[in-house]
Amino acid sequence: MLSIKNLHVSINGKEILRGINLEVKPGEVHAIMGPNGTGKSTLASVIAGRDIYTIDEGDVLFKGKNLLEMPIEDRASEGIFLGFQYPVEIPGVSITNFMRTAVNEQRKYHGLDPIPANEFLAKMEEKKQMLEITAKLANRSVNEGFSGGEKKKNEIFQMAMLEPSLAILDETDSGLDIDALKIVANGVNKLRRPDNAFVVITHYQRLLDYIVPDIVHVLFDGRIVRSGGKELAFELEEKGYEWIKASLV
Amino acid sequence: MKIMDGTIVTSYNTRDALLKLYEENSERIGKNDSARISALRKEGISLFKQKGFPHTKLEKWRNTDLSKVLNHNFSFPLEADSGEVDFEEVFKCDVPGFDTFMVAQLNGKFIDRGKIISQSVQGVVVCSLAEAFIKHPGLIEKHFGQYAPASDSSLTALNTAFARDGVFIYVPDNISVTETVQMVNLIHSGNEVFLQTRNLVILGRNSSLRLVQCDDSVDDQIGFINSVTEAVIGENSSLDHYKLQNKNDRSALINNIYFQLEANAVLSTNAISLNGGLIRNEANVKLNGRGAHADILGVYLMDRNQHIDNQVFVDHSQPDCTSNEMFKGILDDHASGVFNGHILVRRDAQRTNAYQNNKNILISDKAVIDTKPFLEIYADDVKCSHGATVGQLDSEAMFYLRSRGIGMENARMLLMYAFAAEIVNRISIPQLRLRIDDLVKKRLRGELSVCDQCVLHCNAKEQKVAFEIDMSRI
Repeated sequence: MLSIKNLHVSINGKEILRGINLEVKPGEVHAIMGPNGTGKSTLASVIAGRDIYTIDEGDVLFKGKNLLEMPIEDRASEGIFLGFQYPVEIPGVSITNFMRTAVNEQRKYHGLDPIPANEFLAKMEEKKQMLEITAKLANRSVNEGFSGGEKKKNEIFQMAMLEPSLAILDETDSGLDIDALKIVANGVNKLRRPDNAFVVITHYQRLLDYIVPDIVHVLFDGRIVRSGGKELAFELEEKGYEWIKASLV
Repeated sequence: MKIMDGTIVTSYNTRDALLKLYEENSERIGKNDSARISALRKEGISLFKQKGFPHTKLEKWRNTDLSKVLNHNFSFPLEADSGEVDFEEVFKCDVPGFDTFMVAQLNGKFIDRGKIISQSVQGVVVCSLAEAFIKHPGLIEKHFGQYAPASDSSLTALNTAFARDGVFIYVPDNISVTETVQMVNLIHSGNEVFLQTRNLVILGRNSSLRLVQCDDSVDDQIGFINSVTEAVIGENSSLDHYKLQNKNDRSALINNIYFQLEANAVLSTNAISLNGGLIRNEANVKLNGRGAHADILGVYLMDRNQHIDNQVFVDHSQPDCTSNEMFKGILDDHASGVFNGHILVRRDAQRTNAYQNNKNILISDKAVIDTKPFLEIYADDVKCSHGATVGQLDSEAMFYLRSRGIGMENARMLLMYAFAAEIVNRISIPQLRLRIDDLVKKRLRGELSVCDQCVLHCNAKEQKVAFEIDMSRI
């Protein structure tokens, strides 16, 4: 589904990603771990299409299409979703309208008519229940005045509404208390299907108690230095990132 | 304009033409005047003679240049030629479900449409100013010219000298006017007209009124309007006021409003400028009684070579008053904007709470905004704050929206719309809010500017809405 080959990315002349290789297949959950500042968020942003980065080398294919040549919005319509580490507040835009616009734009991309209002509202309600979100989201402005936990839950809610085939969650667990963490993890688990995939970026092993990954990668200094099963996460938790550093020397 | 010896001279002297016009018609203009009002007119014309039109050397006019818009061979209709135009033909208010009591002025002349406001039995009066001079001389004598000092501006002085027609509204004590009064000021003339309208709004105690002032042009003729409105809001009364402006690009509109609020009076005034060659809104708000509160709001969406100037002066002259100014604007192409917010807190106005904010988005790098907050505080127990921002659309927010599949154009629209929505959402009349909401969307998509129609009766073929952002319809 996602195939990254030898990806080199820099910002303002500073190289951040130095040859990433990653294969994600349908039905898989990948976890990308690593210390701060090693390029985890950059990787997520580049896949989603953030244009402040320079791609120096490499390919990113998504379902066989060259992702790097696609506008941000087309990547979303093709099925990529980025759960933001720091979701943006957009005063004046209600979540209902934001989601309805997004759903309809994606439908338009696929040549479908807009979703009827009642169907859309029913879908919103269904996803809220599924994710056990009790807050009245509909008329609130996107992320405005939300707590950290509410913002992250809202990201998961958007993911549920847009039903992406590849969701990349960028440190969705950071700043969450255990209850919010469970809601987020629970959401991901409920949305898992044989035909979709998740890339979960996290700093801590804690999230992986709730979302069980198939493959764990360790990103260090712009490269994936180690990949393995879920036991790698436990090992990391136990030995710390210093262990990785030491093993690289 | 002709070029002679390298200097630019205007071909027409509008000032002299007006002075001559006054001289020849002063008797006719002032035939129903009391001694006080007669003196006011004389003072007005002599101030205008002395000062002339405002020019860019004056601090308050530094960024708004009237010389071009005055350089026309104007006609000055004293008796408007409204007979040729059937008002009901040219104007149809198409705000769905917006049921108002409409008073109309065509080319500066009040149109008697033979309708009487339903609460007239309780003493509510809505008529032409000319009629009020004859039928309500007591009220005229007490209020006319009391809130708009001629010394304030030479344009106000000029208006007072010529004030003949316009709208007169009187609401006695203890009356809530149920109908929304809509004033439509329409220009539809074959000529280049220079018009001066004058309105007077009087609210007694414990009363309330909703007033919508629509300034529109239905043709693309050059026009200059110098409008003055005086509004006095009695103790415990409230005025909910809207100014909607959708003029053609060749028009100039000076809209000078003087509000006076007595104790515990509440004012909400909202200036919505969607189109216009040159628009200057002056809101002068005098908080003249303890506990008065004023919200002074505005939103402007300008492009091409349009110019918008909002001047707000809030005079806190009594204790325990609050005022809240919020103006937001989006400027594109070569459009230019000015915001000047002056808050004066007098020595006795303790426990004043005054807030002021002006936020702007510049879409093109040719668009210009000059924004200037000015706080003048003489009391010591005061909460005052001001802020001004000028910026582009937030790139983080753009990325966020686009990452959900929303295309660049629609993401831009959504952000601009959201920016304006803060003001639009404050419109308390639901039908009007929906309509303005719709018009803002159209305006942002560039669909409204092409039709140059009245803000409330855009007949342009509606295009399919490419995005859905209207929360109220879902």
